[in-house]
Amino acid sequence: MNILSLFGKRGESASVAKNRLQILLAHERADDGSDAVLISSLREDILAVVAKRVDIDPDSVRLEMDRSGDVTTLGIDIELPAAKAS
Amino acid sequence: MISSTLYAAKRRSSTALVRDKKLHNLFLLPASQTRDKDALTEEGVASVINELRMYFDWVICDSPAGIERGATLAMRHADEAIIVSNPEVSSVRDCDRIIGLLDAKTKVAEDGGRMPKHLMITRYDTDRAKTGDMLATDDVVDILSVPLIGVVPESKDVLKASNVGLPVTLSDENSPPAKAYMEATRRLLGENIPVTIPEEKKSLFGKLFKGRAA
Repeated sequence: MNILSLFGKRGESASVAKNRLQILLAHERADDGSDAVLISSLREDILAVVAKRVDIDPDSVRLEMDRSGDVTTLGIDIELPAAKAS
Repeated sequence: MISSTLYAAKRRSSTALVRDKKLHNLFLLPASQTRDKDALTEEGVASVINELRMYFDWVICDSPAGIERGATLAMRHADEAIIVSNPEVSSVRDCDRIIGLLDAKTKVAEDGGRMPKHLMITRYDTDRAKTGDMLATDDVVDILSVPLIGVVPESKDVLKASNVGLPVTLSDENSPPAKAYMEATRRLLGENIPVTIPEEKKSLFGKLFKGRAA
């Protein structure tokens, strides 16, 4: 530690860090909410389309959105009932 | 008596528990060390944890850092969670997302419960926090809104212990980080003791300087 720094001004990087975090997290927390809404409406739309042709259980459509780095992927998993002999 | 139960657990468990060399009632279960991190399945983790639950007082799932599949698998069957953060922006940010997952993607949350959470801050430097060069414990608690279970000071003892393959609580139990971990453990076990930040013993010279800086 520099002896001058003992008498010098207080660092301010911590309050900058706190500010950055508050802005960042406010943004991310809001994002998560809109993702959930988007996923649930997509799920309903997909369910409606598939249900037109195949008789499926509403719980068998699963959607998952995954954000990692710059890429966002949407995974759709639909479980179809066992094939009937026709 | 205890060890015979543990041996029974070891024999029964489909996976290989490794007995710790120093602590006779501690067992370790290494997770997949293969290149394929997806070797762990959700059902597999569930059945191993439920089996271990029957034989041990505490099952601690160490989660990989970051927000990936490993972390969600580790938290999935937890009864309570300890969130470990450094006083840094990127670390606190990841913790915030993990807290979101704890409240959404765990068994407890899906069953309508609320996951009990504890915050542990590591690598904390009291002096730098005082001078405003590091997020203070209060800042982190404020941002994450999770009660503090312990603050582990930044210390050379941690790397020293790791170098010789020991947890810091065993390599030097009087070192500040060891004290901090022991205190946090007592809090986890339900003792109501105030959170302190153990410090290195300073020489008289160090104290004088610290006094002037404060």
